[in-house]
Amino acid sequence: VRKLLSIVFKGAAAVVSARTYADFTNEATFEIKKCDTFKLDEGPATQVVMTRDEGLQYYRTMQTMRRMELKADQLYKQKIIRGFCHLYDGQEACAVGIEAAINLSDHLITAYRAHGYTYTRGGTVKKIMAELTGRRGGIAKGKGGSMHMYCKHFYGGNGIVGAQVPLGAGVALACKYQGNSELCVCLYGDGAANQGQIFETYNMAALWKLPVIFICENNGYGMGTSVERAAASTDYFKRGEFIPGVRVDGMDVLCVREASRFAADYCRSGKGPILMELQTYRYHGHSMSDPGVSYRTREEIQEVRSKSDPISMLKDRMLSNNMASVEELKEIDVEVRKEIEDAAQFATTDPEPPLEDLCNHIFHNNPPLEVRGTNPWSKLKSVS
Amino acid sequence: SPLFHKFLKEALNKVPKDKCVTVRDALNQAMDEELERDERVFLLGEEVAQYDGAYKVSRGLWKKYGDKRIIDTPISEMGFAGIAVGAAMAGLRPICEFMTFNFSMQAIDQVINSAAKTCYMSAGLQAVPIVFRGPNGASAGVAAQHSQCFAAWYAHCPGLKVVSPWNSEDAKGLLKSSIRDDNPVVFLENELLYGVPFEMSEEAQSKDFTIPIGKAKVERAGSHITLVSHSRYVGHCLDAAAVLAKEGIECEVINLRTIRPMDVESIEASVMKTNHLVTVEGGWPQFGVGAEICARIMEGSAFNYLDSPVTRVTGVDIPMPYAKILEDHSLPQIKDIIFSVKKTLNV
Repeated sequence: VRKLLSIVFKGAAAVVSARTYADFTNEATFEIKKCDTFKLDEGPATQVVMTRDEGLQYYRTMQTMRRMELKADQLYKQKIIRGFCHLYDGQEACAVGIEAAINLSDHLITAYRAHGYTYTRGGTVKKIMAELTGRRGGIAKGKGGSMHMYCKHFYGGNGIVGAQVPLGAGVALACKYQGNSELCVCLYGDGAANQGQIFETYNMAALWKLPVIFICENNGYGMGTSVERAAASTDYFKRGEFIPGVRVDGMDVLCVREASRFAADYCRSGKGPILMELQTYRYHGHSMSDPGVSYRTREEIQEVRSKSDPISMLKDRMLSNNMASVEELKEIDVEVRKEIEDAAQFATTDPEPPLEDLCNHIFHNNPPLEVRGTNPWSKLKSVS
Repeated sequence: SPLFHKFLKEALNKVPKDKCVTVRDALNQAMDEELERDERVFLLGEEVAQYDGAYKVSRGLWKKYGDKRIIDTPISEMGFAGIAVGAAMAGLRPICEFMTFNFSMQAIDQVINSAAKTCYMSAGLQAVPIVFRGPNGASAGVAAQHSQCFAAWYAHCPGLKVVSPWNSEDAKGLLKSSIRDDNPVVFLENELLYGVPFEMSEEAQSKDFTIPIGKAKVERAGSHITLVSHSRYVGHCLDAAAVLAKEGIECEVINLRTIRPMDVESIEASVMKTNHLVTVEGGWPQFGVGAEICARIMEGSAFNYLDSPVTRVTGVDIPMPYAKILEDHSLPQIKDIIFSVKKTLNV
């Protein structure tokens, strides 16, 4: 009867009856897709438990990321954001699922499609958006922009394709060296997967048993080149050759979470690196300067949106298992929208960095130095 | 008498004990001392551990510190340089050795884009305390692909410090400072200098001896002309100065020690005294260290003190040939420096 009522009143403006939290199922078991594995005797579990609180948190986080990216799209079209802007909408389940499986004390590094990870790693929407608009309140004080955001145990935000992979293994080396049981999640895309330095890194990570989880976010396209046109083998989870791999449905936050837990356990047990391929999709083009339809069809984008959207999937799961009400989720949407609006307001009104800041932060822990300006009489000051 | 002997013994103990130490051993000492002082310091590179270093610079370190702190890498410059930078970002203090800086070209993206620029891009949030070291410039008979000088390439980039020691004191003091620096340092050694012994004062032999980065040293005072150089050619300049002194020309020889940030003030102070300047380097002339010195002198207070344009003595603008006679004529010789000094002084 409750289920019927909720369907009947879906979309109703007024809540007919106030439902207490006791009305909801606190946790439910879900069947998730089995992962293909490589060089592993067993893979991640296919039956997983999600609690109501977890579901609400994943929903809120994914919705926040989604709305944040869409707002960035808007601001970019208004020319308030400039330069490169690589949006993450469609791929939310990856960032949220991974973070659900690791601790904030672990480490993470990714490439330039990084706004979502900056958020899951602890950056605020306000500081992320103000960085995109190049203001002094930005997470990197306006010095970095879209591709260079950092926070504790989050090493960016890296602009050179593939360069972040050796860096991530280096972070993992530091974890092992310091004996702190932390690990590093090291992300790259299907395009980067063909970079030579990644294979150099696989070799050293395996040789030295570094606690690194390599994750290939395969969204089907490296810029405008589909995976079939770029890679002799599109089984990215097997490309580590001597590193075990798992291929995961990257649109399902529970799949990603379960696989990430599996990978984290593997790493922390001292067995060395492991590789995860997350099959995911980006709704936007490669960046804001790419409409994203010259190398793929609008029908394809629409099909993914209607059949595999990560937020819709989670929402359907929660509603059909009586873990939340439509109203409750709508309320979250409203709160998220407000948070994004407030952040955008800040990001568009906060002043740009002061010119005095131009030459600062070249060095760390360094006495002040003089920096040559554009002409010999322009002597600028740099402090750490 | 016993009293006299006691007095003599005490007096002798007060005499400073200078020692002859090769550049190789000085570098080795520097790394040994810093590895001991700070457990976050470690060395990685090709052949640094079990081989004792391709040029034996890290001899004995693996035996003393083991696999955790002295790491042999596969031949993967881009990979291991990136790993070193990542380790620095996460709190360690790596020394990343390039067997020669020629191979650093494989990894130069990690040095520039991942190491040098990160502190700035992150507005000071993310420091990268790393030292990239190894032999730079010409060796002997190793031909074109193994003989390039990278001083100008690295010194071009903000966010890096670029150091180029000459003698053993320089090597030890500057390497220790570089390792203690919280920023990326490119430390350019010279293979031909590794085996050369230099006197090291007792002070320089101590565990806390450091030389500040960014300060040049006047190796020889003079009044007629200033010679500015770095690395191996400081020695050539001093040799040229000795010959010229016999003809009554007194050269002031400045050892840059650091290429970036360059101690232009020391050069200017000298030029204001001598009114003539010759730069000497092993690298190619175009867009090089000497070119930068010329530009800086022109822009600064010392320009009005010049009695003639600055002269640059450089390597010949060609890839390095193999045959000895050709190689010898590809690099500045003492007679080239003497010739250039006389031309600059118009004598």
